[in-house]
Amino acid sequence: MKVKFLTSFIFLVSICIFLIFYKGLNKSNIYSPDNIIEKKIPSFSVKQFYNNIKITSEEIFDDEKFYLMNIWASWCVPCREEHRFLLKFKKLDRLEIIGLNYKDKNKNAKTFLNELKDPYDLIIVDDDGTIAIEWGAYGVPETFLIYDKKIIKKIIGPLNDDLFFEIKDLIK
Amino acid sequence: MASIIGFNSLIFGFFTSLILIFFSIKDYKNSYSLDKKILIFTFLQFLFVIISFFGLILSFVNSDFSNETVFNHSHTTKPLFYKISGTWGNHEGSLLLWLLVLTSFIYFFLIKSHNQPKKYRILTLLFQEIIIIGFFIFLIKTSNPFNYIFPIPEEGLGLNPILQDPALAIHPPVLYLGYVGSSIIFSSSLAATSLNYLSKEWAKHIKTWVFISWIFLSLGILLGSIWAYYELGWGGFWFWDPVENVSLMPWLALTTLMHCIVVMEKKLILTSWAVILSITTFTLSMCGTFLVRSGILNSVHTFANDPERGVFILIFLFFLIFLSLFIFFFFYKSDNKNVNSFSLLSKETSILVNNWFMMYFLSVILVGTTYPIFLDVISSQQISVGPPFYNKLIIPFLIPFLIAMAVGPKLRWIKSEIEDKKYLIIFFLISLVLSIFIIINLDVNFLLNTILITSALYLFFITVRDFFIKKFSSFSQNIAHFGFSLLILSILFNNFLTNETIVNLKVGETHITEKFKIKFEDVDQLSEQNYKVIIGKFKVENKDGKIDILYPELRIYNQPNVVTSEAFIKTNLFLDKFMTMNYVRNKEHFNIRYQTKPLMIWIWISVIFISLGGLTGLYKKKNES
Amino acid sequence: MKLLRIVLVILLILNFNVLKAENKNLEIEITKNLRCLICQGQSVYDSDSEFANSLKILVKQKLDDGYEEKEIYNFLKKKYGEWILYEPRFNKNTYFLWLLPILMFVAGGAIILKLFILKKN
Repeated sequence: MKVKFLTSFIFLVSICIFLIFYKGLNKSNIYSPDNIIEKKIPSFSVKQFYNNIKITSEEIFDDEKFYLMNIWASWCVPCREEHRFLLKFKKLDRLEIIGLNYKDKNKNAKTFLNELKDPYDLIIVDDDGTIAIEWGAYGVPETFLIYDKKIIKKIIGPLNDDLFFEIKDLIK
Repeated sequence: MASIIGFNSLIFGFFTSLILIFFSIKDYKNSYSLDKKILIFTFLQFLFVIISFFGLILSFVNSDFSNETVFNHSHTTKPLFYKISGTWGNHEGSLLLWLLVLTSFIYFFLIKSHNQPKKYRILTLLFQEIIIIGFFIFLIKTSNPFNYIFPIPEEGLGLNPILQDPALAIHPPVLYLGYVGSSIIFSSSLAATSLNYLSKEWAKHIKTWVFISWIFLSLGILLGSIWAYYELGWGGFWFWDPVENVSLMPWLALTTLMHCIVVMEKKLILTSWAVILSITTFTLSMCGTFLVRSGILNSVHTFANDPERGVFILIFLFFLIFLSLFIFFFFYKSDNKNVNSFSLLSKETSILVNNWFMMYFLSVILVGTTYPIFLDVISSQQISVGPPFYNKLIIPFLIPFLIAMAVGPKLRWIKSEIEDKKYLIIFFLISLVLSIFIIINLDVNFLLNTILITSALYLFFITVRDFFIKKFSSFSQNIAHFGFSLLILSILFNNFLTNETIVNLKVGETHITEKFKIKFEDVDQLSEQNYKVIIGKFKVENKDGKIDILYPELRIYNQPNVVTSEAFIKTNLFLDKFMTMNYVRNKEHFNIRYQTKPLMIWIWISVIFISLGGLTGLYKKKNES
Repeated sequence: MKLLRIVLVILLILNFNVLKAENKNLEIEITKNLRCLICQGQSVYDSDSEFANSLKILVKQKLDDGYEEKEIYNFLKKKYGEWILYEPRFNKNTYFLWLLPILMFVAGGAIILKLFILKKN
């Protein structure tokens, strides 16, 4: 009798496990910290690209306007593909575009910008990648939409048409 | 050509299985001895799968890129050995290997079971055929190794270079003989349950298969760890990665089953538990296949990420589980003869204790591996479960487990007395003193490690003593337990005494620490059959004046275009010196990791001892009968 | 008094190396407990990806700044989620994870006792 009870119990548990595994199949197994957004922007001090003078995050994100911070590098292939969107953003004057040059050689970065044009209002340099970590980024390219010292949207990977229009809507 | 033969042979094999089921059912009721046709068709089924398998091997060897599997996983410049091993180094080919082991085991089971009851043999065959048919359908419908592509490509996509290693080449066949071989135990125990044939004779009969499956599974896991150590370049051999866990779980269930069967041969107890373990072992194998082939888990070495295949295996797995539950529910008759309680100090109790701990370890690994899936589905939270979890939950329980392993075999059936077992206590005290002395000289957590080393040393001394006193009686058990104590000791000491250094060096630079000097002497560039290599030459001068020259490599493969880092390992009985070299972006430096790892080779040797225990256990049985 | 101060300073200088060595060990321990987001099957310590290398530098910086091990884990947890930690935290999401095996151990022991040991002959 006990055996029969136990067996039925295991049967029910198995059905539940089956359903959970079945649902689990449709979920992605690669982890991406999409939903992890710390609202406040990190506080840091960093040197600028063109003149090597240090600047703080408070100074960069001072005004009451929208900022778009884009993490890029000359060695990053998708960065080339998203570049045209950054140039399009440059044409909108509600938005100030900050570039974070990630683990790059100054010479290569300058060549990259000469070839594809410089869309940034300001470029800051992250030699060892630790500034990007403060932002919760882990690769290139990643882009952040900021207003009032808060992160409104985080984009992992290159920009595309849909994201471009989404950001355009957000900054109205 | 080979592929066409291979494919058709596979289809013939499938139809042979159907015919086999038909004949078996027909022959079941009549009382004559087993219909010869059944044996013939079982053999034919096996033969067709062998032909199919060889068809695939030949396609790989001939670089026949009209075959989609060969195209995806091979290349003309691959060395022959890896062309052959590439056959089972992919999803489709490895499933064909599954079929090969399934069909071979049932054939050998039938020809080696002449003195067993006929109905039992037929039922075992039928249950095994259910599994075989499932895999035939899975293979032909979703994972055909013989898909034709047109136009025929000139060249293939190549085999992942980290799979081009001798240990990894033979790791799947050996592992599958264990893993898939447990299918026969599954089928047999379901048959025995249905016929109420759970007796000492059955235990004696199935014991051979349990041992064979166990030996291969142990060696298969060993080969996987050896590959990880030599090839993956991180200097470790076990990471509690899902694919590793998935091979360890059936091993735990199978080891527990082995202990139960050995007991059941002598005393008819724990019969229901033996059946449950038989079912569990193969179920865990199937579950493991599901977890690593469906893409549900994130791991370095998962195969195909294909949800359609995942759904098939999932349904098949649960079908087998429900079938087993059904058989158990309706056919199991509990044996109420042995209602006496066990005395605390008896062999029966020690077997129970073994089961208890093994099932605990199994549950830790099972929960740890599958929990992230449950959490993600139920509450969309993603967490990682890694080495710290497994270490925290397993290590403390190893202490009583090791002591039970030492004391358990000494206890007699029914009841034991403690006279002239004084040496048990003396040995314990010696182990304790020795371990205090050792740990105090090391910079590690004192209390836990002292007790841990004490219990491992205790098992070690007891088993060594038994070699000298008992010589060859219970030799197999002794050597396996000895091997286990050696394994724990080597892992612990390796852990305590490993030294790692990471540094960036340019050619000509030297890195100096208090223990050694590393000088980056030179780099050399060469071209091999399917890769270009950059070989670094490093001179390591130790504190005692000894000098080693190490040659780690960076390999740039042509197809697929990947760069791998090959560790250079200098091994001797006492110490492994392990060095890897990697590029640093934008710099002329190379990133160098140098590790000194004591007693590494003893970890492998101890697993061989454990397997040897299984092997001698097999032959002991033959001598007895 | 002055002698005592000199002795203390000397001790401090001598121990500075030990402290640095301890920090180095702690750095290794911490990075072994972090999961790399790029090579998702490796720890940050083992991985050679750009992210892992940057994270190693960051951990070292934080340790030098005086952060404790737990604080570093919390910091990274806020940036990347719990997934990055190889040791799952003990919170309401993971009660079952940590307790289920223990429960099964206790249940197993209870079953053995009841079914086999404590039976009346």
